[in-house]
Amino acid sequence: MRCLGLAIGLGFLWAPILLMVAYAFSADRIPFQWGGFSLRWFVALAANERMREAASLSLRIAAGAATLATLLGGLAGWALARFGRFRGRALLGVLAGAPLVLPEVVTGLSLLLLFVMAQAAAEAWLGWRLGRGAVTILLAHATIGMAYVALVVQARLVALDASLEEAAADLGAGPFTVLRTVTLPLIAPSLAAGWLLAFTLSLDDVVVASFVSGPAGTTLPMMVFSALKVGLTPEVNALAALILAVAALAVGLAGLALRRRGTE
Amino acid sequence: MRRHLLILGPPLAWLLLLVAAPLGILGLIAFAEAGPGVPPFIPPLAWEGGPVWQGSSESLATLLADSYYLEAFLRSLLTAFVTAALCLLLAYPMALGIAGARPGWRLPLLLLVLLPFWTGFLPRLGAWIGLFRDGGWVNGMLGLLGIGPLRLLYTEAALHAGMVHAYLPFAVLPLATALLRRDLALEEAAADLGATPFTVFRSVTLPLSLPAAASAFLLVFIPAAGEFVIPDLLGPPEALLVGRVLWSEFFQNRDWPLAAALALALLVLLLPPILLFQRLGRRA
Repeated sequence: MRCLGLAIGLGFLWAPILLMVAYAFSADRIPFQWGGFSLRWFVALAANERMREAASLSLRIAAGAATLATLLGGLAGWALARFGRFRGRALLGVLAGAPLVLPEVVTGLSLLLLFVMAQAAAEAWLGWRLGRGAVTILLAHATIGMAYVALVVQARLVALDASLEEAAADLGAGPFTVLRTVTLPLIAPSLAAGWLLAFTLSLDDVVVASFVSGPAGTTLPMMVFSALKVGLTPEVNALAALILAVAALAVGLAGLALRRRGTE
Repeated sequence: MRRHLLILGPPLAWLLLLVAAPLGILGLIAFAEAGPGVPPFIPPLAWEGGPVWQGSSESLATLLADSYYLEAFLRSLLTAFVTAALCLLLAYPMALGIAGARPGWRLPLLLLVLLPFWTGFLPRLGAWIGLFRDGGWVNGMLGLLGIGPLRLLYTEAALHAGMVHAYLPFAVLPLATALLRRDLALEEAAADLGATPFTVFRSVTLPLSLPAAASAFLLVFIPAAGEFVIPDLLGPPEALLVGRVLWSEFFQNRDWPLAAALALALLVLLLPPILLFQRLGRRA
């Protein structure tokens, strides 16, 4: 009985995805129609220059945003977990939690309005003409990712006993030594998980990016979205299969690494 | 204290600049008057020797007066409610199955639930488009059973299939965590005292998991209420949900103050569920 519920749910989750991957290898021009085995859509995908450019832009934005998010979110999570009650704690908590619960359209529109105001101010007072594009998307994604990293790091630090850090300090380690030799190694897995989460969120986002981008910045999700508006193409099918393969590989490697550490 | 400021300063400054300030500006622009220039509004607050208020509440008045917007809000809340309820209905047995599996199976099963999340949100919607389109895979299967062909894509059914598919992992996670942590001794005690498996579930397991179920429901409901992409790609063209209305006011009509007013109204409407969700999280 219990297995049945799980099987139905997993079937619903996976059936569309697996069918899509299977039909990515179909030669037929119409998606989800079997026309014999072929790799032609993967070849077409690799040859699509605009798609390649958008993918490269998206990967660079995601890597930059995830790194910034990990730095800032790590600091925020640390302050929230370890500083006890300080002035501004409630404010930091609310602000760090806001991007997790705000609807995407609200986040996107409000950030765009900020960037427009900043552009106007920079032009009026400094004479700078700033554009919108990759940089504004990166700033927006770093802000969203940071909230997730802070949540993960804070949860990990709260679960960890602060006495380890206190013991190191009692034995004469300076604050920086404690951070380097005790705290950082303990929260490294959370930081890695947070980075990966921020990276994925950035690669997946179309709404916020559409709001804050300018005419120059078209990310891969923005491109896939406008393609899907017209209908599914076999190239998008192939792209999905590719993404799934990379994701499965990453999860498999992470699982292997965890298992190896567990047996040691 | 100085060291604390060094750690606290950068994230707090970042959040003030990129979360607090944008929301403040959003609230301000909701009271601006639309105008032709670039950006297409007249700033509500001007400086002429001193602060001068030249805003208007016209956009907010439009929201309240025009039933078009009211309907969009109601429809969004209803869609989010149905999505969250369906997710809960599917997720609960899944979470029970994961929690009841042998210890070595739990993590792989959980990963199977979460992996679709890593495959990309748009490709998954693409799959539904391919399955549901006229003459598509689902219609082919229905045809074998002698049904159809039916119009499936761009209907409420496609919209909800896409929504539930996208949000289901969010509902499974809190439920599975809570059910894994539960004290099995309580259920064993109930069974020892003669309760049937169904009674044990109804009187012990289910009541104890209600806070997690509420969390799971809200975790889906809150983002679903403002969803734009799924209704736009799968839903019927006439299904004007808030996310879509806001998008078209901003991108097609270039009425930024009205878009800001819509965002503000959505925020106010979602504030009670958001606060409730955070309260549940703090208790857990």
